[in-house]
Amino acid sequence: MYNQTEIIKDTTDLGPEGELIVNMGPQHPATHGVLHLVVTLNGETIKKIEPHLGYIHRSIEKMCESLTYRQFIYVTSRMDYLSSHINNTACALLVEKGMQIEVPERAKVVRTILNELTRIASHELWIGAMAMDLGAFTPFFYAFREREMITDIMEDTCGARLTMNYIVPGGLMYDIHPEFQTKVKAFIKQFKEKVTEYEDLVTGNVIFQSRTKGVGILTASDAISYGCTGPVARGSGVNCDIRKIAPYDAYDRVEFDEIIETAGDSFARYMVRVKEMNQSIRIIEQLIDNIPEGDFVGKTKNVLKLAKGEFYQRVETARGELGVYIVSEGGTTPHRIKFRSPGFSNLSVLNHIAKGSKIGDLMATMGTLDLVIPDIDR
Amino acid sequence: MLSLESITKTTQDWLFAKFSPQIALTIECVIVILLAITLFAVLGLVLVLLERKVAARIQIRLGPNRVGPGGIFQTAADTLKLIMKEGLTPDAADKFLFNLAPFIVMMVAMLLLAPIAFAKNFQIWDINIGVLYISSVSSLSVIGILMAGWASNNKYSLLGAMRSGAQIVSYELSAGFAVLTIVVLTGSLQISDIVAAQENGWWLFKGHIPVIIAFVLYIIAVTAETNRAPFDLAEAESELTAGFHTEYSGMKFALFFLAEYINIFIVCAIGATLFLGGWMPLHIGHWENFNHVMDYIPSSVWFMVKTFFLIFLIMWFRWTFPRLRVDQLLNLEWKYLLPISLFNLLLVTVIAIMGWYF
Amino acid sequence: MTNLAIKEYITAHAPEATYDETGEWLTIMVESNHLKPLAAVLHGQPMQLDFLFCLTCVDYKTHLTMVYHLTSTSNRNINIVLKANVDRADPIIETVSDLWRTAEFLEREVFEMFGVDFLHHPDLRKLILEEDFKGYPLRKDFEDPINMIKL
Repeated sequence: MYNQTEIIKDTTDLGPEGELIVNMGPQHPATHGVLHLVVTLNGETIKKIEPHLGYIHRSIEKMCESLTYRQFIYVTSRMDYLSSHINNTACALLVEKGMQIEVPERAKVVRTILNELTRIASHELWIGAMAMDLGAFTPFFYAFREREMITDIMEDTCGARLTMNYIVPGGLMYDIHPEFQTKVKAFIKQFKEKVTEYEDLVTGNVIFQSRTKGVGILTASDAISYGCTGPVARGSGVNCDIRKIAPYDAYDRVEFDEIIETAGDSFARYMVRVKEMNQSIRIIEQLIDNIPEGDFVGKTKNVLKLAKGEFYQRVETARGELGVYIVSEGGTTPHRIKFRSPGFSNLSVLNHIAKGSKIGDLMATMGTLDLVIPDIDR
Repeated sequence: MLSLESITKTTQDWLFAKFSPQIALTIECVIVILLAITLFAVLGLVLVLLERKVAARIQIRLGPNRVGPGGIFQTAADTLKLIMKEGLTPDAADKFLFNLAPFIVMMVAMLLLAPIAFAKNFQIWDINIGVLYISSVSSLSVIGILMAGWASNNKYSLLGAMRSGAQIVSYELSAGFAVLTIVVLTGSLQISDIVAAQENGWWLFKGHIPVIIAFVLYIIAVTAETNRAPFDLAEAESELTAGFHTEYSGMKFALFFLAEYINIFIVCAIGATLFLGGWMPLHIGHWENFNHVMDYIPSSVWFMVKTFFLIFLIMWFRWTFPRLRVDQLLNLEWKYLLPISLFNLLLVTVIAIMGWYF
Repeated sequence: MTNLAIKEYITAHAPEATYDETGEWLTIMVESNHLKPLAAVLHGQPMQLDFLFCLTCVDYKTHLTMVYHLTSTSNRNINIVLKANVDRADPIIETVSDLWRTAEFLEREVFEMFGVDFLHHPDLRKLILEEDFKGYPLRKDFEDPINMIKL
């Protein structure tokens, strides 16, 4: 009835000082995908977190080495699937830079609008998922109500709701849907009305604030040293918005603020994302009525060949700075391609900022780092 | 008027007329057991469905709507599914304790049913220490949870069980003190006495602010005691997957699930009895006509309405708040709720001695 | 700082460094054993290149090249690409993870994908691949007949 040997066997995976070692993931409700964290615990307090990656590693970098410059863009949609438009944009911009392709104004403006819609959609999903990590289920559904409108717009535009593959070197694959502008305006109207609901449900909630304030503090110098970008670094007071530093597409002609919070805790990162959504709305409002007429794609050759050399393109995804580095030998396929994914660097800081806190705090910290595992593994 | 009171009285009279007292008592016991089990099954089905519907309304969606009209048979279908599932026992688990734990949790919930007055003179056992009985028996459920957590031989389960242990033991104090305020006002531990004392007005209304404080404390404490959100740390699914019942499946899991809902029902029933007058109808001062109309509603309906109102309140909490952290949870109890309830008890004692209540 | 001034400053510290200005950003080429001192110089005052935003390796079939993309958070206009060739058969280079902590994970990735050995790395283990994985997948001569798609 009581099999003692088997029970003792399980205690062998205690740490060297008798700490409890818990495997969180790869199937765990809070890791949003297949992140595997090996957490060393002293009671409820975290002593060490060690990420084990690779459960969704598809070796996209190796795959791209045998794909042409038209084909490899579609693979990048599968990296950070929540900002697939932005990933596509990065690759398209890089090929355009390498071949000096002129992009029509219309394409630039539409790309910017779509990128910002993608950013809002990503942040909406993040708000829901983050609240769910903290045990509040309801905000998820509220956030998805607005996100649904964006995915509907995306579906009209390019037929897909998640992995768009709409942006090609030289511009866009098709022209926009005739109802694109009215639908986006309807979305803006709805979003402005409903965004207060998140404030009521989440931001102002006493329990939410006590769970996130002062939790997972990341100092500015650590954020820089660990290579954090995006809302994670901006929550610590680091200017790192690529849209400001190296504007691409139509970002140089729109007005928006780079949101900076200085507290560096989970709540600051949360506030950065919430305010960023409003800035995205501001950008879209400036552009939606001013989409220039004309071609949606520039003149390109059928076979794209990059000149011999090295190219690097940075864009700001919803999670931070995405860099695409291509070494070209002059052929139709890249010699080496490297994606500098924001999530990879943001994950590396997790052990540093969550050490010494409780398991419950790990959820708040991990939630506000906004990790997308396919983006980290690639 | 057909009331539960008359039915029980007729049944008893008939049984004692027909059979010898021993046999009549045995038959009565069997009837009570059958009724209790039926009540459990029905309550489980109704409460789970209610929770899903309440959650759906709060979350701007529809909830179950496929099985039966408006989805009312959804939980029955779920139960059927759970019964047909294999009840896995992990290899490294302590098999005896692992299988025993759900039954202990269930048994505790069943025992708590005894002193609850469902309607006028409709009570299984009107024990003279009713309130004491409830608070002592309800603390036994922590044994079942700790047993489940330990026997599963799973780290998540163990953490969940430990959290649950700390939580239930701490919050019992506040719940106990909140209950004591009513005992002080009534001067009796017997449930029927407490209900009778509220004939001319519910304690919540005639006990001044201290009783309202006690009521709020009671609701917070029992939410924590039944491991409901925002205090659901024991089964915090984003942290501990499912806490103490991670390794359970099939009907054994269903028993835990059922026990959770039965416990909610019981604590809400006790709350309704203590603060909202149990089966007493709502009477307002000297509005004779109004009071007559209220009297016409059966007492069992009054009891159920009050209980389900409290259940709805607790469900509302769950779908609105995020979860507390473990240290915040214990801080809340030991640094805020416990001092407040101690002081509150003192205040109520003064009120009771001076006779300041209505 | 103009590219010329940067070049002068670097030449003062690392005379053997060669430069390439054909790309978007100034590229500095050094020997692998001189990389770490130069990286420390760039990280410190007055350059303050405190942000390593990309670290990777390129396989040129004859040799491997480590590529470091650096920028400064105080002056975002300075972007520098630092390169060092390492031997393909026995790739060894000093770690930069003590200067930029982000390099810790990025170097672990390069270690498993290219087999570059980083000296004095605090925790050089495989990050993405399994412990018993054979070969270095991102090297050009890596073949996996089952999983790889070739055009």
